[in-house]
Formats: sequence, C-alpha cells, structure tokens
Amino acid sequence: MKLNLKPKKTPVIDHSDSGSLLNPLKNLQFLARKPITEPLKPRLASLNYRGFHLNDWEECVGCASCQKICDNAAITMVEIPSLPNDPVKGIRNHRPAIDYGRCCWCALCVDICPSSSLSLSREYVHTCDQEHIDSYFILPDPNGMHKEHFGKGWQKTEHSDLLSLTRSAMAELEPETRIDNFDEIVDGFTPEQAVLEASRCVQCGMCHDSCPTNMHAPEYIRAIWNNDAEEAVRQIYRTNPFAHVCGRVCTRRCEDACSIGIRGEPIAIRWLKRYAMDSVSHERIKEIVNEGSTSKSSGKKIAIIGAGPAGLTAAFDLVRSGHKVEVFEALPHAGGMTRYGIPEYRLPFDTLQQDIDIITSLGVTIHYDCKIGKNKRMSTLHKNFDAVILAIGLSQGRQTRIKNSDHRHVYRAVDLLQKISSGEEFELPHSVAVIGGGNVAMDIARSLARLQKQQYGKVQITLTALEEQQHFMADPDEIKESLEEGIIIKDSCGPQGCEIDTDGKLIGLKTWKVTSIFDEQHRFVPQYDEEQEVVHNCEAVIEAIGQFADTSLLGKELTEQLEWNRGRLQVDADGRTSEDWLWSAGDCVNGPDVVHAVADGHRVAASIEQQLMSTTKKNSSGK
Amino acid sequence: MRPENYQSVNHPPSNEFELNFGPNHPGIEGNYALKVKLQGDTVVEARADAGYLHRGFEKLMEDRLWIQNIALVPRICVPDPVPMEVCYSLAVEDLAGIEVPERAQWLRVLQLELSRIAAHLFYFGGHAATTGMYTPMYWGVADRDLLLDLFEELTGGRVYSIYNLPGGVRQDIPDGFLQRVTDTLNYIDGRLKDYDNLFFTNQIFVKRAKGIGTINQEQALEWSVTGPNLRACGLEFDVRRDDPYLIYDQLKFDIPTEQAGDAWARTLVRRLEMVESIRIIRQVVKALPDIKGPVRTPIPNPLAWRVPAGDSYARVESSKGELAYYVVSNGGEKPYRVHIRGPSAMHAVQVLEKLAVGCRVEDVAQTMFSLDACPPEVDR
Repeated sequence: MKLNLKPKKTPVIDHSDSGSLLNPLKNLQFLARKPITEPLKPRLASLNYRGFHLNDWEECVGCASCQKICDNAAITMVEIPSLPNDPVKGIRNHRPAIDYGRCCWCALCVDICPSSSLSLSREYVHTCDQEHIDSYFILPDPNGMHKEHFGKGWQKTEHSDLLSLTRSAMAELEPETRIDNFDEIVDGFTPEQAVLEASRCVQCGMCHDSCPTNMHAPEYIRAIWNNDAEEAVRQIYRTNPFAHVCGRVCTRRCEDACSIGIRGEPIAIRWLKRYAMDSVSHERIKEIVNEGSTSKSSGKKIAIIGAGPAGLTAAFDLVRSGHKVEVFEALPHAGGMTRYGIPEYRLPFDTLQQDIDIITSLGVTIHYDCKIGKNKRMSTLHKNFDAVILAIGLSQGRQTRIKNSDHRHVYRAVDLLQKISSGEEFELPHSVAVIGGGNVAMDIARSLARLQKQQYGKVQITLTALEEQQHFMADPDEIKESLEEGIIIKDSCGPQGCEIDTDGKLIGLKTWKVTSIFDEQHRFVPQYDEEQEVVHNCEAVIEAIGQFADTSLLGKELTEQLEWNRGRLQVDADGRTSEDWLWSAGDCVNGPDVVHAVADGHRVAASIEQQLMSTTKKNSSGK
Repeated sequence: MRPENYQSVNHPPSNEFELNFGPNHPGIEGNYALKVKLQGDTVVEARADAGYLHRGFEKLMEDRLWIQNIALVPRICVPDPVPMEVCYSLAVEDLAGIEVPERAQWLRVLQLELSRIAAHLFYFGGHAATTGMYTPMYWGVADRDLLLDLFEELTGGRVYSIYNLPGGVRQDIPDGFLQRVTDTLNYIDGRLKDYDNLFFTNQIFVKRAKGIGTINQEQALEWSVTGPNLRACGLEFDVRRDDPYLIYDQLKFDIPTEQAGDAWARTLVRRLEMVESIRIIRQVVKALPDIKGPVRTPIPNPLAWRVPAGDSYARVESSKGELAYYVVSNGGEKPYRVHIRGPSAMHAVQVLEKLAVGCRVEDVAQTMFSLDACPPEVDR
C-alpha cells in the first residue's frame, strides 16, 4: 500500500488494500547502525534561554516591579543592609529573591525591569537533597545560581520591553505667544493625557521616599488612573496643603527618583498633581480637606511669623489639631516667596490664592502688613502665645561686592521680583546683565524680558554665571525656555566690576573667563583667565547669587540669647531653637525650596503639638 | 418492615464486570480515567472520569493581569501549547483593538505549524504504544525534541514558549534561525518515509486500527467533533481556511481528509497534515526575510493595563481540533471571565464515551488515543 502524499489532491486510502506485511521489516536496517551512546554532559542552552535569574546588584534599584508582575508570587524583596539606601537617588537596598518552587520562568520580570538589571541565564540544572531544600530559594546576583558564569540568556530587548518610557505630551505656549505677557506657560494635562501618563506608573513608591514631605504620589497617581480626581486630592492633602503651588513649581525630587526615569522619561508627577487639583472644584476641595476635622479647641495659641509655605503648612496642621493660630505677614499678600519671588507665568496668583484660601477657611487668621519688630515686638508674641514659629524665609538678596556694585542701577533680583509681583512702578532698563545661574536668575531675566518686550518691543538681557551651562543650578527646562525667549546666556563668566562712564551712568558689566570654580578641597575659590575680559553692555546689573534671612526682627536681646550656627539660627531636628518657646522653619533653615518648606512646616507643627500636649497632660495630672 | 430510606442494592448481572481504566494506565494519555463495564471482552458502557488534573485555569485567569495569563495558558495543553497563547492573544487583541504587526503574524504562523508537527509526532508515538509498538514512540519523541530545540532558540523555552503577547511576539528571530528551521524540516521530511514503513503502513497497526471507533458524518457534527477527527470522517473543514486568522489566507495548503472515520483514518489525517505543515512553514521561511517592521505593538504598562469592556471570541485550528477563547472584560485590569472551548473536552468525554461502547477491551486505549484528546485541557 502506498500513501498518496501529493498535497494537491486530497488523498484517499483504500481500506481494502492491505499493505505488505514485510513493511516494518525494512526498518531492520537500523539494527546494523551503531547505537548512539553519549556520556551525560551538560548541554549548553540556547542564547536566549530562560534559565535561572541573574541580577546586577549595581544596576538594581529595588523597585519591586518584578515582584508585582510575577504571576506566581515567586518573588520576594529582601532587604540587604550592606547595600546603599538612597531615597533621593531612588535607590532602595532591597533585592529580589526567587522561590524556584513557584517560578515558571516566563521572564515577565525581566521584560518589565525598569533598570534592566534582571536577566535570565543559560543555566538550567539544580538538584539538592532533602536537607538543602532551601537552596531553591535564591537571591540572584550577577554570578548565577551556582557561581558558574553561564552567561546571560533571555534579556530585555527593544521589542520585549513592557514599559512605556515616553511622556504623554502636554500643550504649552510657544515662545512667540508667551514672550510679551505673564500668562501661564504650560496648559496642564487633558483628562486623556493625564490618565495615559498615570498608566505608566509601576507604583514603586520611590517618589514617596524621595519627597521631603513624603507625598503619597503612588496613591494619587493610581487615583488619577482610576479617573477619581477627588481621591487624588484627598491623597495629596494628606501631606501637602500647598498642592496647587507644588503642582506647578515644585522642584520635584520625586521625578529624579522615579524608576521609570532610569531608562526613560520619569512620570510627570508634578503635572499629574496639578491635573488632580485643577480638575476638582475649589469648593469640593474645601469639603475634602475638612473631612474628619475636629471642632474641639485645645485652648492653646500659636503665633507664626511669615505666611509662606512653611508658616502656613504649620498653621494648617496646628489649626486642624484644635489650636488657635495667628499668622503675622509683613507684606500685603500671603505666600511668601511663592507670591513675591515666583513670576506669574509659572505660578498664577489666583491658583496660589486658592491654596491660601483653603488654609484660612480652616480658621487660620492672617494679619497682613504686620511686620514684627516694627508693628509688634517678639516679646509681646512670647507673652501672648504658647509657641512662636519663625518662618521668615530668605527675603534679602546677597551682593557680589564687586567694583561699583553700590551704583543705583545695580539691583538685587529678589527686590525687583517683589516689585514686579506687587505691580510697583520702577524704571525699566533697556538692557540688563544678570549675574547668577540659578532659578532666581532665570525668573528675573525672564520677567524683565517680558516687560521689555511689552514696553520696548525687544529683549536685551544677558545672563552671566560662573558655571558652565550644563552645571547651572537652574532647572534645565528654565534654561531652554529662557533661550527660546531671546535671553543671551554667557556661561563661565566671573563678574569683576560695573563700568561707569564719566556722567556716572552704568554702561556695562566686566567679566573674566572662569577657569575653575572650586579648588582641590572643594572650597569656593574661582580662578579666572584675565586675558579673556568681556564687557557686557547694559544699563542695569542684577545680582541673583543667593538670599539670606533678615533676622533683625528678633531684637538685640533675643539675638544674643539664641544659639547661631555660621550666621544661621541653630535648630534641632524638630526645628526648635535654643529657646523652648521658639521654633524656626522653612527657607531660613533649609535654604530655598517650596516642598522642603512644607515638610518643615509639618515637622515643626508635630514638635509643637507634642510639646503642648505633654504640658497639658502634666498640668491636668498635677491638678 | 423496611426503613424509609431503604434502597435495594443494584447488583450488576453476573456476566458484567466493571474496570477502572486509568488514571494511571499506560494506555491513557495523562491523568485521565475511563470507567468501563465489560461483558466478556466487550465494553457495554463507558463513563469518562476526568478531574485528576483540575487546576481551575479559567478561574485562575480571572485573578491575574491580562498579560500574566500568557504564562498560564500554555499549561492547558502541554503537547500543543502555542495555539493556547495565540488564541488568547487574538481574543484580547480583538477586545482591546490592537493591530498586530504583519511580521508578528507570520512569526505566529511559524510557531503554530511547528507546534502542530511536534504535537502530531508526539501523538503518533503515543498511539503506536497503545497497540504495543514502542519503537515509533521513541522515534516520535526524539524527533519532536528537534522541534523543541527550535522553540528553545526562538522563545527561550522548550515546551512553554510564553512567546506571544497581546500585540505580537516578544522578540524577533535570532540570526540564522530560518536556516535551522529549514534543516530540521528537511530532516523531518526525510523521516516521514521511515515512519510510514514502521508505523503508518505497518499491517499490524493497520489491522488493529481499521474499523475501531468509527464515527460517521452525522455523528461527528452532532457530537461537536472538530479538527483532524472531523476530517477523518470526510468533512473538509479547517478554521485556517474557512475562517482565516493571522495570515493563513496568504498561504497555500491543502486540507487532507479521509472517509472511514475510524482510528486508522484519524491517524492518517494527522500523518498527512504534517506534510501540509511542512509546506506552510517553508512558505513562511521564504517570505519572512522580506517582511520588515516591528514584531509587537506596544501595550500600555501591563501592571495598569485595562482592556475596554466587552467580550470577544477567537478561534484557531489546533492540532487537536478547534480551539477557541471567549474572553469577557468589564473594563478592569484582569479578565472578568475567560472560557476556553477546547477540542479535547468534547473528544475525551462525549465522543469517547460513545465510541468505547462495543469495543473490545484491548482497543479502548487505542480508541482514546486516536481521538488525540489532551486531559489537562478537559480538566481546565
């Protein structure tokens, strides 16, 4: 019998046809062949074999994404105390341990790994006796299960990568449309964009650990992904009453720590926070913040000097604990540097006002235009209140003290920013040289550029700084946008003096080329190349090289009583000064940063709360 | 007086004998049992006894992320795992509205057909063993290993390839892979003659298999018989041609049929299908270098991926018959319900119970094996 194996026609087998009985005997030929007997030796697996795990501990950040994707719950994160644990960099000292009793070698853990530290090896044999059954539970390292260096098998490729590494796009104003006004530049996410952006999160919580105030970013990102903006707001307000502000101008250490950012663009955590705040109505946010607040009063009174982020955060916490809080603000508006230092195109005044409105609606009293030391004395506050918080910020600009820097057309950036924000009239120079490469320098340069465009039709601003452009302290986005707006950046320029003509008019800023900034001991000793001298023509020079606190309000007596540390008020970890009724918080302690100020406000409020409650207990038990 | 709950003991007639066939029996593929009632040597009644391999796949899938199920589904049919992955992916892609890149579609066909050959090699070896011939089993399993080598190289895993994801396949082919596919196919093609001599035209087998477990066309349709078992009754139906998925409509292949509908015909159809599969793979190997582009459409972050609410039904032609996934989503991160329409559940329960009746006891194992049912899929 023959089979019809031609594929064109459907073969039909005739049942009556019986094949030869001898057919199987043809295979007796195999008897003459030598049997194939090979010694048992390990067969090398294929190049992308999915064998035992390898994990590069240098690369691994301990984000636990592998644990989340594992469909058999075979992965446990184990803490390794000897490894570095750096929340700011987004590194945790946890490493995945694999239970090979559960693992199915699907390699989804490899494909999702944000740091690409995990891979599978070409090793596939492991045996053990009953006593060593624990050896199926291993902590993979780069050497492999038996330290035999089998080499990598399955690795992530561009095809198999399961993460989306690019941000969802967000609309913003083009340079031409934004240069002559103070309109907010970024539009914020649309609901679709926000949900798409939130979907990229692997919920590793690095952002939470790195945030100074430990915001519950994974929770609110999750809530946005669930289309529940109100829940997101609830999560945001657990740790941050300056939610609108931080949703716009936060320095966002969370995004530096984000594990998606290792290989791609980090989740736009700041913009997601802004989206959540913008998509819930102001009245509803008030209701959410008021949820679970108590109406009982503790009878304690607390005075806070300075209505900036630190002071108002402390006020927010303390008033919710039932204390009476009064805030004394020297200027006519609350917000501190967020109101008078940050230009309106980055943080519109009305959004800032929403944050402040929510805090005052809880019962915080703010006394505006009330300067301590002038309208009221510190000793009065000490007498009338149970505790006083000093949250005065850094209101004074540092000076370069170069030649002719006492000229009336040499300004401090913070002073000028305050003038612009409060709408004060001032003589707008036609051309400006800014000294400094930080965010304040960018803010003043860009604010003046807008005013120049409005009034004179063209921008003439030169920004000079000691550092090279890639080492500027300013946010890279700020630098990019400044350049787009027509600001000229001259990096590695050390200011040497202001040039004045015979009429006493300021005509330029003289700079030398910087060869190095720090010496071998990392001390600030800038070295210059005097040959490369440049004079930047300008009518005014603006110094934006840092700020310091104005502590004159303390008065002579108190200043002498307090302990100081290199010109700064000495405080302990809780923010308390050497006087037991006085705490200090915010920029004047930590340097300029909104979210640090918020964190500080919480810390000080907790410390005061603890102290006041312990004295209350003592008093009541004494009776 | 008798108590109220008295029930008279129903003694079988003295000429009947009850026999537990499996679950641990060399003639049973996997953990599956048949309770047969014998009169002398002849089966008068058969009851399928499944459940020894029950792992609750369908329920488990409701508790796993959409993408995690890819690691679970191949376990539902061990000898032929690729159609499970592909079919699940097709259903999810349909729900989520994902376009699969063309190159990925060709790669899926390549895997599907390699898997079909591997499954048939495994099958005929097993079938031969039920008739007492063990050499074909060794040959079949050894040659299947060569195909597993190809899977290992392509996917990183020998049996459970876990290579298809909703959206495409996980990696592109390694360098020189197509040449090795061709080499292996040439070898298998050359071996077919040896298989014929040893087994398919072996009179010992032919005489044992002819007339065993005959299904006629009406019965086949009534009992939901699909795949090679259906084609062995002379009904020419194949999902690949009649409801084409992937790029099967661009391929040339024939659908082998037989008329007899017995164990012999079923074996023969599978033997001829191997030829067709080789033919398909050769076309894929020829076409693949010219098809450029990505192998996967990216899906959103799998930890948060939500598939839009709705339901979808996808079917493919597996080596055992028609395999389909019915997937329901309520818009969540996990499937709301997954139902698997597997061919083996029909073949091993409702068909086998009827076919076994009238068989001699020594033919029961062969009847079962000729249907090529896969117990883990019955018990899913």
